[in-house]
Amino acid sequence: MVQYSVNFNTSFGALSDATRRGVLEQLGRADASITALAQRFDMTLTGMKKHVDVLEQAGLVTTEKVGRVRTCRLGLRGLQEEAKWIERYRQLWSARFDELDTVVENLKRQERGDGRKQRK
Amino acid sequence: MDESRESDAAGTKNQTTVERRSERELVVTRTVNGPARLVFEAWTKADLFRQWWVPRSYGLTLVSCVMDARVGGEYRLAFSHEGSTMEFFGTYLEVTPPSRLVWTNEEGDGVTVTTVTFEETAGRTLVTVHDLYPSKEALDANSGSTGALPESLDQLDELLVNLGSTTKE
Repeated sequence: MVQYSVNFNTSFGALSDATRRGVLEQLGRADASITALAQRFDMTLTGMKKHVDVLEQAGLVTTEKVGRVRTCRLGLRGLQEEAKWIERYRQLWSARFDELDTVVENLKRQERGDGRKQRK
Repeated sequence: MDESRESDAAGTKNQTTVERRSERELVVTRTVNGPARLVFEAWTKADLFRQWWVPRSYGLTLVSCVMDARVGGEYRLAFSHEGSTMEFFGTYLEVTPPSRLVWTNEEGDGVTVTTVTFEETAGRTLVTVHDLYPSKEALDANSGSTGALPESLDQLDELLVNLGSTTKE
């Protein structure tokens, strides 16, 4: 979850860097992995990780690690009202679809696994 | 590209996009890694639907979920959260397995129409959820079956408004 007890100097610091502002802009369009962000901004994984850490500290970005991939998304702070609203809605759907993935995975497994014994 | 390698890795999630297409329309898209007939099933069978519609992280309980996914059939969802119960209900206008589903949402002022399409390519399904709200105000209030999980989010909102007022330039 987002860490909300934030020192505001942290967020000003976070926004003072052009790459980090670019990352926020990018994440405003879509979630992205650290790998994808590193490629997009032509820097090393370690370099990008540092930038993302700063943004995360400031509550501007949240990250979630699944397997070996860390996905970054915009934190709700720092967005304008409308964008915030849309982002909130998107997060709801994103969470919903993540759960749908599991349901569909199970259905697929059932079909593969027990052939005709699948659920009706 | 790395991106495709990542999306093949187990557990990696596809991206969800949201677009406000007009004053009264919201469109959500997401690709699901499975054939349309299974995704459609998960959208139309209550025992499957209830497993994913309310994300676990939202702290809401879906206390009942009845779906009669036939043209003219009805659905009714009841949620409970901190002692209060809310209901969402409406009627299916179109049920075309495995590609298209249209329902109304009728518990608010005016009727919201939700159209969901399922487009399968190479075993994956692009799901598009299109909401047409009765008015701009209704959309802004985010009423309707697809968006409303209000209480838990209101608290977060409050928090954000407070933070926002302190950080405004």
